[in-house]
Amino acid sequence: MKIIVCVKQVPDSAATMSVDNGKVSWGDAPLVINPWDEYAVEAALRLTEEHGGDVVALSLGDENAKEAIKHALAMGCSEAILVNDPAMAGADTQAVARVLAAAIQKIGDADVVVFGKQAIDSDVGATPAMVARLLGWPALTLVSQISEVNGSSIKAERTMEEGRQQVEAGLPAVLSIVKDYGEPRYPSFIGIRKASRAQVPEWTAADMGITAPEAMVAWPEVMEPPARQIANEIIEGGSPEEIAAKLADKIMEEKVL
Amino acid sequence: MANKVWAFVDQFKGKALPASWEVVYTGRKLADQMGTGLAAVVIGSGVQDLAQTAIQYGADEVFLADDPSLDDYRANAYAAVLAQAASQGEPEIVLFPTSTRGREMAGMAAVDLNTGVLVDVVAMELEGDQLVATRPVYAGKLLSKVVCKGRPQLVTLRARAFEKPVADASRTGTVTATPAAMAEDEIKVKVMGYEKAEAGVSLTDASVIVSGGRGTSNNPKLDPPADVTDEAEVEIWKAQQGFKLIGDLASVLGGAVGASRAAVDAGYIPYSHQVGQTGKVVSPDLYIANGISGAIQHLAGMRSSKVIVAINKDPDAPIFKYARFGVVADLYEILPHLTAAMKERLDK
Ligand SMILES: Cc1cc2nc3c(=O)[nH]c(=O)nc-3n(C[C@H](O)[C@H](O)[C@H](O)COP(=O)(O)OP(=O)(O)OC[C@H]3O[C@@H](n4cnc5c(N)ncnc54)[C@H](O)[C@@H]3O)c2cc1C
Ligand SMILES: Nc1ncnc2c1ncn2[C@@H]1O[C@H](COP(=O)(O)O)[C@@H](O)[C@H]1O
Repeated sequence: MKIIVCVKQVPDSAATMSVDNGKVSWGDAPLVINPWDEYAVEAALRLTEEHGGDVVALSLGDENAKEAIKHALAMGCSEAILVNDPAMAGADTQAVARVLAAAIQKIGDADVVVFGKQAIDSDVGATPAMVARLLGWPALTLVSQISEVNGSSIKAERTMEEGRQQVEAGLPAVLSIVKDYGEPRYPSFIGIRKASRAQVPEWTAADMGITAPEAMVAWPEVMEPPARQIANEIIEGGSPEEIAAKLADKIMEEKVL
Repeated sequence: MANKVWAFVDQFKGKALPASWEVVYTGRKLADQMGTGLAAVVIGSGVQDLAQTAIQYGADEVFLADDPSLDDYRANAYAAVLAQAASQGEPEIVLFPTSTRGREMAGMAAVDLNTGVLVDVVAMELEGDQLVATRPVYAGKLLSKVVCKGRPQLVTLRARAFEKPVADASRTGTVTATPAAMAEDEIKVKVMGYEKAEAGVSLTDASVIVSGGRGTSNNPKLDPPADVTDEAEVEIWKAQQGFKLIGDLASVLGGAVGASRAAVDAGYIPYSHQVGQTGKVVSPDLYIANGISGAIQHLAGMRSSKVIVAINKDPDAPIFKYARFGVVADLYEILPHLTAAMKERLDK
């Protein structure tokens, strides 16, 4: 099987974010692979371990995106491609999806393209659906288990708010993976060494025979949320029962129930 | 006159998400402001009654695609109905709830209609026909103003961020039958089965959430049953006793049960309860955190709750900085009394 996994580079989830002169800053926090995408890489690798084949990691970003790609390679992906084009600097989700779809077509012959559920920086969660629509492939999102794959179809379980849905789709297909799928593996020592030596080809929009798509969404301003004044009050004194009664009164006074 | 504001009613198995009515109600307000009408879009099979409810919440017209092929939710088939109707009706604005279905349908419709999508919007203003929306990014650590340059402007609204909807049973409206838009062999997805999740209040719709963290397993006084011997099993068993206390309080308050990732990863409770950056982002009116330290990734998911209460043994736990009320104590000692006290006050 040929599998492509899309990985994005994001500031570490522990980063304190701020806005300096209108620009987003994550201080000295590291850039890492989007945590959801680690599950995607795990699912892609397990598919090839069971059914044979290769996993290609694909990322759109600048030079910095190499950390995400390295992580995917260190986990066991056999190749990686970075789409790096300054014209993509202000890309919105659809522009990103169009470029990823073009790259997926240029890579060619993919049976499955695997995504994370959502990127923890932009928090959009629509890229997998958009790429599927652009390619005209079925999308199985929120996949928690892949039960069967054969030459022409895939059976999987989706975890939704309302319950679990068993679905079957024709191949090629787009998948997005959720945490219930199972913990992603840690990169092995050999994997890390291999990843650090890997040559990662870089493509521009022109290399894929497209012009960089125009963004349909603009973000005129990014702000730090207004500081919330929280009147902290520690409830203390007396037995647990008395403290609980005081707290209950305080909660009632807030009139939120 | 064509209705220029549309609202998508997200339903599953004939049941609309509560957030769907928030979207219809907010759409009504927007339409009034723009001097136009509101159309709701209802897609499914056997969902005529939802069309009537949409009218009660403010729709003038309902595009009702009611077809056996739309019985099971399949993203592409649903999105195609919406996009096809929108390419004919030419709305200015289409609103969706920020559910997982809302996100992916809006995304697919954006592709079909070649326009932009603003996801998880928490506030918006109109400048003429142009929406200027605000959405959290980096798990709410920052806010971004966003505008859609294409038409229609596709927008998903965060649950509970807009006014509480009020139904008006005397409202009337028209229902326009709308065809399915994809043939079975184009859809390429089959739904083979379905198991319903455990019943309970959904986290994102809950107005009260009572959460537990790793601290739920910390009670040396508890004696596990004789057949629970393995160390990890003992820890889980203990945590489950803690989560029982949490569940009792949640049910008295009519709320949902949440958890930290540490609690989920340790196997105390399923992932569907996880609150935080890689769980659910929630903003209930009341959030009670028990044995949760307040890591940045957890705070990201609940910081915007109206009133936060923290119960934690450690006076230096970061969660206290975000709490309106804090109790420095063992959750096992406080919770049973708090549940009893709340029950008394709520007269249950
Ligand atoms: C990429 C990434 C994503 C993440 N996403 C999330 C996320 O979505 N949600 C999330 O929650 N975390 C997330 N985390 C994890 C986060 O960093 C913390 O590890 C986690 O939130 C800690 O959970 P906790 O507060 O339950 O546990 P701890 O930090 O161990 O805190 C337990 C607390 O319980 C208190 N306690 C102990 N016993 C008792 C008792 N008997 N009574 C009262 N208090 C007691 C202790 O004083 C302590 O403060 C993420 C981490 C990473 C790296
Ligand atoms: N720039 C990118 N490069 C590669 N993959 C991406 C990129 N942006 C988003 N993705 C993929 O799309 C998923 C959802 O992202 P989003 O829709 O932005 O929340 C991520 O988990 C990634 O798998």
